[in-house]
Amino acid sequence: MREKILTYIERNSRVDLKDLAILLGTDEATVANEIADMEKEGIICGYHTLIDWDKTSSEKVTALIEVKVTPQRGLGFDKIAERIYNYPEVDCVYLISGGFDFMVMIEGKTMRDVAQFVSDKLSPQESVLSTATHFILKKYKDHGSVMVHQQKDERMLITP
Amino acid sequence: MRNPLADVIVNVKPSGIRKFFDLVSEMKDAISLGVGEPDFDTPWHIRDEGIYSLEKGRTFYTSNAGLKELKEEIAAYLKRRIHVEYDPAKEILVTVGGSEGIDIAMRAMLNPGDEVLIPQPSYVSYEPCALLAGGTPVIIELKEENEFRLTAQELLSSITEKTKLLVLPFPNNPTGAIMEKEDLEAIAKVIIEKDIFVLSDEIYSELSYKGEHVSITSFPGMQQRTILINGFSKAYAMTGWRLGYTCGPKEIIEQMFKIHQFAIMCAPTTSQYAAVEALKKGDEDVARMREAYDQRRRYLMHAFKEMGLQCFEPYGAFYVFPCIKEFGMTSEAFASRFLEEEKVAVVPGTAFGDCGEGFLRISYAYSLENLKIALERLKNFIERLRKEQKTEHS
Repeated sequence: MREKILTYIERNSRVDLKDLAILLGTDEATVANEIADMEKEGIICGYHTLIDWDKTSSEKVTALIEVKVTPQRGLGFDKIAERIYNYPEVDCVYLISGGFDFMVMIEGKTMRDVAQFVSDKLSPQESVLSTATHFILKKYKDHGSVMVHQQKDERMLITP
Repeated sequence: MRNPLADVIVNVKPSGIRKFFDLVSEMKDAISLGVGEPDFDTPWHIRDEGIYSLEKGRTFYTSNAGLKELKEEIAAYLKRRIHVEYDPAKEILVTVGGSEGIDIAMRAMLNPGDEVLIPQPSYVSYEPCALLAGGTPVIIELKEENEFRLTAQELLSSITEKTKLLVLPFPNNPTGAIMEKEDLEAIAKVIIEKDIFVLSDEIYSELSYKGEHVSITSFPGMQQRTILINGFSKAYAMTGWRLGYTCGPKEIIEQMFKIHQFAIMCAPTTSQYAAVEALKKGDEDVARMREAYDQRRRYLMHAFKEMGLQCFEPYGAFYVFPCIKEFGMTSEAFASRFLEEEKVAVVPGTAFGDCGEGFLRISYAYSLENLKIALERLKNFIERLRKEQKTEHS
């Protein structure tokens, strides 16, 4: 049941609990309790809205920053990650395998904002060896939703 | 000028609800719950294989019976899913959709005067195909109180000395009915006792919501008297690729092969390459789509219950078949008024045989948002009908 609930709300967290219960063939109380439990257990960490800011008048830029660090004795990567994720402008921090260590996503109003964050806050950190900043130019698909076009139902009513 | 036409086709009556469909196609802003195909696109990795095969220049015919690799994958799939073994070289034929399989099976098996038992309500092409093959269709009217399953009793009482073939269309379009193990066991017994054959159309086999689909071919003695029809349209959302397959005893497949070879040559090559990918790596897609249909099915059943609309719970395909007898109008009248007043298209049950009178086919191959709007309109509509009935009676 948990997996079914999660699979559903991962794509549509706004679903009415009563509807979700019907869809999954159970009762509303069960769904509500499971969700409450999963919130407590930290399995469900938040509910977000997927927004295509490009279609609004707000100016926003998003950047992916590759960060190479030297893990500190006794502290490992976690402590460094914490120093980075504590900045409110940082959206995501992932520890990554391969050519660098952290993937940091940051959202700013302008490219200058982002550049300033990297030069003033990220790069000067003691354990940070190097960074490479990539600006996102266009989002095609995010969290499983295609953002560039909407599909129309082109099926025809033919002899059944 | 002489009459250019053949009597046999002229005598096949056209689909009775053409008028209704014309009405639907004129209404551009209507919500349709009438379509009989998946709302999902073919999964991308399958489409990609089709595209790749074109890029590689695989634009030639395949061998008549289909790509060897595809037939082998079909055999492996059937063994895995319905636990029946077919010889890919002699017992499997790749066809242009399940529909071709229905046609050529009847043409390969029927002699003039042979009776073909066709349970209805069911898909519209069994009867004309039987007629075109020179057979005599005999309709078995399925009952709602049996959840539109075929009972051994119904079968027995329709069998005559001329009966040659039974069409077994489950999971069923339009009722959504399925046949479970015990139901099929009883049918198999009669089939063997009366020495007749079966055309088992299992095109919706992957869309079964009450345990695993059971095939009639898996019962002892049944594989050698059954032509199995299946395909990729419903399970993998591949309707437009026109690809199906048929399996059976090699003596029958051999004859079907001749018709296929002369009339069709081979199924579309691009589709066949895509289908190999579907069978190899498509299980998860099928499970994902099945789960989505099942959720909508539950939603519809719940909504019908709330509005007091009678409907047996169907466990297959993507249709529900509610009963509208309480409103005292024909299916077609109901569907026409519903379309005109609420702009929702559903298919009158009579499209699938006379015994579909008093029922509607509602397809849930639509997004939940779409279904919700349509259900709201259905609720308004039947409330209005009930009010009208009350004022008439008082």
